[in-house]
Amino acid sequence: MPATLLIKGGRIVDPANGVDATGDLLIEGDRIVKVGGTIAANGAEVVKADGQIVFPGFVDLHVHLRSPGREEKETVATGTRAAAKGGFTTICAMANTDPPADNRTVVEYLLAEARRSAAVTVLPIGAVTKGLAGESLAEIGELKAAGVVALSDDGHSIMNAQLMRRALEYAKMFELPIISHAEDTTLSAGGLMHEGLASIKQGVQGIPSSAEAVMVARDILLAEHAGARLHIAHASAKETIDLLRAAKQRGVAVTAEATPHHLALTDEALRQYESNCKMNPPLRAAADQAALHAALRDGTIDCVATDHAPHTQAEKEVEMDTAPFGVIGLETALGVLMTVLVKPGGLTLTQLAAAMSWRPAQVIRIPRGTLSPGAAADVTLVDPGKTWTVTVDAFESKSSNSPFIGRTLHGAVTEVFLGGRRLVHNGEVLAL
Amino acid sequence: MTTAAWTHKDLLGLEELSAEELTLLLEQARAFKEVSLRPIKKVPALRGRTVVLFFLEPSTRTRTSFELAAKRLSADILNIQASSTSLTKGETILDTVRNIEAMKVDILVIRHSVSGIPLKVAKTAAASVVNAGDGSHEHPTQGLVDLYTMLEKKGTIAGLNVSIVGDIAHSRVARSNLWGLTKLGARVTLCGPPTLVPAGIEQLGVKVTYSLKEAIRDADVLMLLRLQLERQTQNLLPSIREYAKLFGVDREKLAWGKPDLIVMHPGPVNRGVELAPDVADGPQSVIYDQVTNGVAVRMAVLYLVSGGRPAKAPAAKPVPAHPVTA
Repeated sequence: MPATLLIKGGRIVDPANGVDATGDLLIEGDRIVKVGGTIAANGAEVVKADGQIVFPGFVDLHVHLRSPGREEKETVATGTRAAAKGGFTTICAMANTDPPADNRTVVEYLLAEARRSAAVTVLPIGAVTKGLAGESLAEIGELKAAGVVALSDDGHSIMNAQLMRRALEYAKMFELPIISHAEDTTLSAGGLMHEGLASIKQGVQGIPSSAEAVMVARDILLAEHAGARLHIAHASAKETIDLLRAAKQRGVAVTAEATPHHLALTDEALRQYESNCKMNPPLRAAADQAALHAALRDGTIDCVATDHAPHTQAEKEVEMDTAPFGVIGLETALGVLMTVLVKPGGLTLTQLAAAMSWRPAQVIRIPRGTLSPGAAADVTLVDPGKTWTVTVDAFESKSSNSPFIGRTLHGAVTEVFLGGRRLVHNGEVLAL
Repeated sequence: MTTAAWTHKDLLGLEELSAEELTLLLEQARAFKEVSLRPIKKVPALRGRTVVLFFLEPSTRTRTSFELAAKRLSADILNIQASSTSLTKGETILDTVRNIEAMKVDILVIRHSVSGIPLKVAKTAAASVVNAGDGSHEHPTQGLVDLYTMLEKKGTIAGLNVSIVGDIAHSRVARSNLWGLTKLGARVTLCGPPTLVPAGIEQLGVKVTYSLKEAIRDADVLMLLRLQLERQTQNLLPSIREYAKLFGVDREKLAWGKPDLIVMHPGPVNRGVELAPDVADGPQSVIYDQVTNGVAVRMAVLYLVSGGRPAKAPAAKPVPAHPVTA
C-alpha cells in the first residue's frame, strides 16, 4: 500500500475546480485521492495546515537555469532548490543557455542534469531559431521529440517578421506555443530603464513602452493570421495590456505573463541607479503597474512568471550601463504577490492560484496546477500570517540579484510536496 | 541672510538640495570670489586635506577650475585621469575608488560618462564626493556657476525668465540648471527640436518650445548648450547645418530679445553651430564671467562638503575653518 499523507484543516484553493474552502486533502503515493471536508485516514501521516493555504504547486513558465554554460550564475541544482523554496513544483527552463537549447543534444543534457540534480520538475523550452540568432528556424520537430513544452528565443527578440510568421506556422504542427520576448531592438537600443519621468531626471537613456508594444502588436497579428498559439513573456507596458485585451476579445490564441517585479515595483526603484532593479523589459511607471494589476485580475494577464535571471554580484557591481539585465525571482514571488496584491485586497487567493498554478499549466498543456482527485500530488502550503525579510544569505539560488533585498514580505511558503514527497518543511528545502 | 546649515557629506546633484542650501552655496561662493580678487588668493581652509580629481572623461575647464579651487584652499591635490588608470569598461569602479580611499583622501571629485557613478561611489565612500559631471544626469557645480553668474548680473534669480536652448535630452548642465533655477523661483523655458527635448519634461515645472524666437523673446537669460556633433549620425538631427539654421543664435536672432538679455554657455562653444562668434564674444555674452566664477563656486563646494562652517566672507586675515591635521 502506498504511503498516505493527510493535509488537515487548511484553506484549499483550487481555481480549476472553483474551490476555496477549509478542509482536508489526502495524498496516496504520488496522487491526490480525496479533497474537501473532513477526511479520516487511519495510519496516514498528518500535516497540520490550520491557518494555512493549500495551493496546487506553482508552475513557472519563465526561468533561466543558466545550465549548460553559465554555472557560475546558477545550476540545475541551485535553481530548482530556489524554485522549491518558492513553492514552485514545475519550472520551465529558458533556451538561452550556452550553448542554447536549439538542438536535441542540449535539451537532452538539461533533462539528464535534471534527473540527476533537480529538486522540482524541469520542463525544457526550445529555441525558435538556430543559435537564437533570429535568422533561421531551429529544428523544432526534433526539439519537440526531445521534450520541449514551448519555444522561445527569450533574451533575444525575433526582429524578422517573416521568420516569426514562419515560426508560428511551423510550431502549430507540433502544438507548441511560441513565447515572445517582445522587443523592437531598434527602439530599445542603448536604453537602460523605462523611458519616462524617472529616466529624464536621472539622465539615463530610456526604453520606451513602444519598444515592447509594437512587437506585441506584430506578434498578435502574425499569430492571428497563422492561427497559432502565442504567449507574451514579461508584459510590462499598459499599451501591451490594451493590445492583449483587444486580441483576446476577438479570439486570438494569445496568453501572457507578468513578473512579480513588474507587478510590485516601478521605475522609481531605480532612483539610486540600483543595478538589481535593472532588467529587460524595464520597471515601468505607476500607470503601467496599475494596468498590470487590473489585467491580472481580469485575466488579460493569464499568469505570473518570475523571469528568474541570475547574475553574479561581480557582474552587477559595475557601471549601470555595463551591468547585465535581469533579477532573480523564484524565492520571493509568493511573498511579493501576497504583500503587494493579496494583502491590500487587489487579488483574491483564487486569482493568485490561477495565475501561479492553473493557468501556466494550461499554457503549456500539462496536467498540473490543480488539486483535483487523481492529479499529481504537487502541493504548496503557504502561511499567510508569516512575516519575513528578504536577505542575501537566505537565497538557495546561487545568485542574489534581487530587487527585494531588505523588503519585509507577508506570506511565506512553509511546506511543499512534489508527487507526494515532502520537498520543503518549515520553509526549508530538504536534502534530496 | 540665510540661516541654513550645510549638512551634506557630498554634492551629487542640485535636485536633492533645498532653495536655502542653494542660497547658502551661492553666498559662500561670493565670499570666496572676494578672495579671488585679492593679490594673494590663497586661504588655509583645506590645509592638510587631500582632494582627488578623478576624471574618467576628458575635461579641461572643469578639472582646471576644480584644481585651482582646491589650490586656493591650500589642499593637497591628486589628479587621476582616464588615461592614467587601469580602469576599463566592465571593471568595477568601486574597486578603484576603494583603493584610492584606502590612501585616506578627504574629497573625491568625480567626472564619469555614466550617470549615477558619483552616487554609487558616495554610498560606500567615507570621503566626500563631489560630482563633476556624470553622464547626462547632473553637473551640479556648473549649475551653481550659472546660478551665481545670473545672480551677479541680474541681482536675483526669482522671477527671471531663463531659456535653455539645445540638446536638453543629453545635457547634465540643463538638468542641474533646471533644478537650481526652478527651486530658486526662475521661469525656465527649454527649447530645441523634439528629438532633443525629452517628452514629458514639462512635468518638472518648465515650459517647452520648439521655436527659438519664442525662447528668446521674453528671456532675461539665454543659455546655449553644446551640440555634440554625433547627434547627426544618431538620426536625432538631419544635419548640423539645419540645426544651426533653426537653433543657432547669431546677432540677428539675438535682436528678437530684450536689450539686456545675457547670453551664457557652459563651454566649450561650437562656434557657428549653437552660437555665432560675434554673439559669443559680443557685449551680451557673459561666458568668461562663468569661467571666472567657476573657481569661487568650486571653492565654496569643496569648503562646505569638507565640513567648513558657512561664512559671510573669510576675514581679511583668514583663519583655518578646521583644526589643521598633518
